[in-house]
Amino acid sequence: MKHRGIVAFVVALLAAGATACDPANASNEIRTVHVTIHFSSFEPSVLDVAPGETVRFVVENADPIDHEFLIGDGQLQQVHEEGTEAYHPPRPGEMSVPARGTQVTTFTFAADAGSLIFGCHLPGHYAYGMRGEISIG
Amino acid sequence: MAGSRIVRTSIVGALVALAVIGPAATALACGGLVAPNGTVNLLRTTTLAAYHRGVEHYVTSFQFAGKDAGEVGSIVPLPGVPTKVVKAGGWTLQRLVLETQPPVATLAAEDGRVAASPAQVLLETQVDALDITVLKGGAVAVGTWATEHGFLLPPDAPEVLDFYARRSPIFLAARFNAERAQEQGVQTGEGTPIQITIPTPNPWVPLRILSLGRQPNELVQADVFLLTDVPPATLPQTIESNGDPGQRGLIQEVSEPASASLMQDLRSDERMGWLPSRGMWLTSINVNEEARRLTHDLAIDASGFGRPSPVAAGLAFPVIGDGASFPWVPWAAVGLIATLIAAVVATRAGRSAGRRRGRVGPGWDGRAA
Repeated sequence: MKHRGIVAFVVALLAAGATACDPANASNEIRTVHVTIHFSSFEPSVLDVAPGETVRFVVENADPIDHEFLIGDGQLQQVHEEGTEAYHPPRPGEMSVPARGTQVTTFTFAADAGSLIFGCHLPGHYAYGMRGEISIG
Repeated sequence: MAGSRIVRTSIVGALVALAVIGPAATALACGGLVAPNGTVNLLRTTTLAAYHRGVEHYVTSFQFAGKDAGEVGSIVPLPGVPTKVVKAGGWTLQRLVLETQPPVATLAAEDGRVAASPAQVLLETQVDALDITVLKGGAVAVGTWATEHGFLLPPDAPEVLDFYARRSPIFLAARFNAERAQEQGVQTGEGTPIQITIPTPNPWVPLRILSLGRQPNELVQADVFLLTDVPPATLPQTIESNGDPGQRGLIQEVSEPASASLMQDLRSDERMGWLPSRGMWLTSINVNEEARRLTHDLAIDASGFGRPSPVAAGLAFPVIGDGASFPWVPWAAVGLIATLIAAVVATRAGRSAGRRRGRVGPGWDGRAA
């Protein structure tokens, strides 16, 4: 009896875990990830997310200068790099983060996105190294 | 945009002068120079820093970038709180250049960690069309002040400001007032020299600030002139010139007793009468280094003991890091030592004969944290 109870508990636990990891159900869970900007660098600069997962990014800018947090593939990053949009109002995956300020954006990662980049495209910032990688899988 | 710096230091008891002087055809400027679009000046810079009796006289020049460049400004880290900021002599920097880089063919007569509290404004003054503000505060405070006052700081500014604020929380911000410049007929490219008087027992020349906003492989070029009571010891040590214009590093071009004619000429320039008439040692250092390698300043030991401070060079930080300045020797002791050194120098002068973390983008590797 005692063994059955343990087995049942373990099975239930595994089932619960499987559900939590199931990409199909990932979109129902919103994970919060804190990102800090310091000395024009993202910390962490490498993130792992599950396909279909929705993440709430809380980005704190500790620098005395403005920055951006823009999620996208290489092509989108290039568009922003060449763009002239001085300010990005908060929208999914894109936002300006004022000096010494904190902004929040929520983004859902498509299952087939592969990997994405987050970066800042204020003049000279991306070339300086203001970018990070998001691995989806 | 343009900027330039030249620095000369002289250590005789207590005189350190830093100056950055550019060739006659180039403009003179100092500090991190930034513009609305984030571009920075790439011209050679010239500055003079003179140190005498515990007081550093920092002479440099700021170049007017034109009436359409209203956002352009410069930030200069200082080793201490200045007692005054005034207009400098009209040709001091040029005369120093002439002394060490004479025309080849003819000798014509022409020529911290910081506190979250806001930055404290210690001094505000105007020199011609320049608006000058001396600030005290940490990197965040000074950076915030700068951005709030229209300076657009490049991405490396937070780290560079922190590099200085952890050692000395004093900064000078200079900016041309376009309206006044127009009223005064200041032409684009014209320099306005200023002299900063800073009581400090241990002078240093800010070099890393020259790399602000530059690409890692861009060359930083500056002429640094030192006028001291005795031959100075520097950290990093300078290297001997091999005559190759492409030579990299801190290249010592001249190290010799300042000539009587040089001292006489310098003393005759406006507001330069504080210089002694003789007994100074002239050192000329040519800074010719890639921005990524210029991660330090130039520490100068003007005491004659040959022990420049690693902290002053930016190679180490004070143990106590609350934004406090260097653990300077008390003033009285400094004055006494300076006097003693001056006496020794006076004796020797006659005999001396002429000498990051995380991932960074391509090209930004190798930067010091």
